Amino acid sequence: MGNLLSLTTFIPLIGALILALFLRGDDEPAQRNAKWVALATTGFTFIVSLFILAQFNPADTGFQMVEEREWLLGMQYRMGVDGISILFVMLTTFLMPLVIGACWDVKVRVKEYMIAFLVLETLMLGVFMALDLVLFYLFFEAGLIPMFLIIGIWGGANRIYASFKFFLYTFLGSVLMLVAMVAMFNAAGTTNIEAMLDPEFQFASETMFVFGWQIAGGMQTLLWLAFFASFAVKMPMWPVHTWLPDAHVQAPTAGSVVLAAILLKMGGYGFLRFSLPMFPVASDLLAPLVLWMSAIAIVYTSLVALVQNDMKKLIAYSSVAHMGYVTMGIFAANQQGVDGAIFQMLSHGFISGALFLCVGVIYDRMHTREIDAYGGLVNRMPAYALIFLFFTMANVGLPGTSGFIGEFLTLIGVFQVNTWVAAVATTGVILSAAYALWLYRRVVMGDLIKEALRSITDMTRRERALFAPLVLMTLLLGVYPALVTDIIGPSVTALVGNYETAVLAFESANMFAQN
Amino acid sequence: MFAEISTDIQAMLPEIVLAVYAMLALIGAVYTGKDALGRTLVWVTAAVMVVLAFWIGSQEITERAFGGMFINDGFARFAKVTILLSAAAVLVMSIDYMDRRELLKFEYPLLVALATVGMMVMVSAGDLMALYMGLELQSLALYVVASLRRDSVKSTEAGLKYFVLGALSSGLLLYGASLTYGFAGTTLFSGIVEAVSDKPSLGLLFGLVFMIAGFAFKVSAAPFHMWTPDVYEGSPTPVTAFFATAPKVAAMGLFARVVHDAFGGVVGDWQQIVAFLSVASMFLGAVAAIGQTNIKRLMAYSSIAHMGFALMGLAAGTAFGVQAMLIYMAIYVTMNIGTFAFILSMEKDGMPVTDIASLQSYSKSEPLKALAMLVLLFSLAGVPPMVGFFGKFYVLRAAYEGGLTWLAVLGVIASVIGAFYYLRIVFYMYFGEDRDGLDKGGSPVLWAFLMASAAIIGISWFPGLNLFGIEVIAEAAAATLVE
Repeated sequence: MGNLLSLTTFIPLIGALILALFLRGDDEPAQRNAKWVALATTGFTFIVSLFILAQFNPADTGFQMVEEREWLLGMQYRMGVDGISILFVMLTTFLMPLVIGACWDVKVRVKEYMIAFLVLETLMLGVFMALDLVLFYLFFEAGLIPMFLIIGIWGGANRIYASFKFFLYTFLGSVLMLVAMVAMFNAAGTTNIEAMLDPEFQFASETMFVFGWQIAGGMQTLLWLAFFASFAVKMPMWPVHTWLPDAHVQAPTAGSVVLAAILLKMGGYGFLRFSLPMFPVASDLLAPLVLWMSAIAIVYTSLVALVQNDMKKLIAYSSVAHMGYVTMGIFAANQQGVDGAIFQMLSHGFISGALFLCVGVIYDRMHTREIDAYGGLVNRMPAYALIFLFFTMANVGLPGTSGFIGEFLTLIGVFQVNTWVAAVATTGVILSAAYALWLYRRVVMGDLIKEALRSITDMTRRERALFAPLVLMTLLLGVYPALVTDIIGPSVTALVGNYETAVLAFESANMFAQN
Repeated sequence: MFAEISTDIQAMLPEIVLAVYAMLALIGAVYTGKDALGRTLVWVTAAVMVVLAFWIGSQEITERAFGGMFINDGFARFAKVTILLSAAAVLVMSIDYMDRRELLKFEYPLLVALATVGMMVMVSAGDLMALYMGLELQSLALYVVASLRRDSVKSTEAGLKYFVLGALSSGLLLYGASLTYGFAGTTLFSGIVEAVSDKPSLGLLFGLVFMIAGFAFKVSAAPFHMWTPDVYEGSPTPVTAFFATAPKVAAMGLFARVVHDAFGGVVGDWQQIVAFLSVASMFLGAVAAIGQTNIKRLMAYSSIAHMGFALMGLAAGTAFGVQAMLIYMAIYVTMNIGTFAFILSMEKDGMPVTDIASLQSYSKSEPLKALAMLVLLFSLAGVPPMVGFFGKFYVLRAAYEGGLTWLAVLGVIASVIGAFYYLRIVFYMYFGEDRDGLDKGGSPVLWAFLMASAAIIGISWFPGLNLFGIEVIAEAAAATLVE
């Protein structure tokens, strides 16, 4: 199969087209058909993506299964995966059937809802596989359209504000990256990502002056900043994270799951694919900034999470804190840090997705996300209490769950680079235990004294089925992390090696110039 | 002698054919059926235009006729084909609307045809006289169609406003042209370009500035845009659709022709003016449209912003910049035809509606049309993967290559501001509450145009389709203008 990657990417789109063209009406059977078609499509995509994993050779650090077609402006339609991107592809295809399963109770405009998610899946897969700058940008930005509609049509009471904020905020972040891409196109004469990742090729790093300002690292720094504007918003990093809590609170459950579990990972993936390997000199210069921003993010957003009344908002802030570990690990730029960052992103995909599903379970029953409206759920919902406890613990980073490995690796990585940042960030572990356990105590423990909760029912079989794969993955990665590190390891080693060579070369050249 | 004239005439045969057709049809209609012929004449005129477009598109030579006053090259042909096809599309789209409001007079298609002749002369002009002749032929015909609905105060006002301000801009242009003539000693572009090649005199630069002011008025670039919203709002909607498409292409073509053919030696001098026009238009179009509630006024500001982006390509001052501008204009015209097909079909109880709020919950009553409109709106906003994004990418690249990085950065920021008002329409269509919406159904012709336009915008970027090869054609066209 020469075009397995394109096939995987576009299967969901084909499913969406089938829904759009052949499914009529909005009555009960039509809605059921729409859901089943969407579930079958995403399931099939997952199965096809397993073939990618099977064909993938972890020892090869280059891009594999590369496809190429002529495109506009001398650009190419290029797709490929390497050790860094393949697991994000798998994460996406693995989670999408669960996301479809999570919207089984939606009654409003079901067909359109399914189409939006299927189109979104195509675009997300495209982001992780694109090997051309502009193709990457195209998938990256286009994902805003379905997400804008998902929040705006199926969201909560204040959805209009949230959807506009989400769209314009992330759009503003990304357009500067577009200008940077144009500049890279000119400097490199190609938009081929593979060619730009070649260690032989480096963007100019001589000091330059812009409007009288001296810019160390020159062109690389400017490009780095433009990409940073985009990825930092997408991650999101403090202080440009404010769109995320709004979007999460207003988004429907399935939308929140996609947003937290997959869309946020695009920022981290972008740092790994572009910032670190393409602008090593600038990354090295600006790493302290990112490290401290991450440390502040971890502590600050954990404290903010502590005082939230809205469950979704609390988990959203906790996501920002956990993404702080990711950026910290990436810009530690050593094997443990980058390994840990990728691991943390994957693990956060399972855990935060599951936590938003947990909120969804009780929201569907009580139609409120206020923490004060709950209490003592363990009396009526034992199974739910168990699942929620498991993922609360995973979120805290309990050893034995995947959350621990990611946080621990990133902290080791950072400790070698900057001890103070590591020290500050470690307090985040304690804070996360505080807000997560306190949330659990207020919602689940205690006596059931609220009148409205007396008739609440435990999880249905569908809901249990949704959590099973997530529990499995969280445990599996928690006790056997080599499953992930074996695949990403060689690629990360190559990435870190090239990075260090480039930084050393720059430093010795500068030393030479000074003498 | 005779052979020379015959080759000269051959070069501009398409223009002659269209002009002769318009005049014969005018006489014929006056003496026979009058307005009863209106519908037939629209179809015939559109057919003639399409045939001419294919004929022009099949030519390959570069020739200069009448001593260089008229140039038939790849650049002119690209612009002419775009002009003819968009004019034909707008004519066909307007039949139903005009007919039901008793505006389908036989003069309408013929005035559009004459304006089109003017536009074709504009983009082929090789001389200041030919330039002015084409421009005035176009403008006079447009003044009349703007006030086609004589019993409406707004339409009359639109026509009058357009006429007064248009006359002012023509005056500026003429003043600039006469200065240029006075200092260069010739009205031929090929003569002017020699006169300005080494240190241009102050008089020539003055002439250049005044002429650019005149062009800026015609392309409705800020700060010469004031007429646009009022004229767009007051004119009958099909006429607005026409204003938003063909004349814009012609004026941009003329603009590029003059700055490159006549002032190609002093790129640095006009580059800064064009860059300023570009920034001002992008920001004004983006900011001023936010408060609009009338979709026609909104499209007026949208077109101002889009002209800003097209001018960004021109400001680069390179062959690639002209190529980017041509591609941008072709994409812009395609998007606008689709959008106006939609606006023409907005009706409530048989009456045209232009209030954006009337689109509440439109996606429930007409899911397919709402989806097509969604594609067009995101394309207008420049969000990938729609083709509008590629248009922006071309001009950004041109600006960056031309050393105008600041212009590219300001452009993308303006496009974020502009995205807001396109999203607002999506908001009404998709997020709005249920209430009595617009009439369902509508003309199948408009439906077909809307769907075709949305399909082109939505999928023609696919690898394999590659914008239907327009890139190569535009490149060849730009190469004939800028060596």
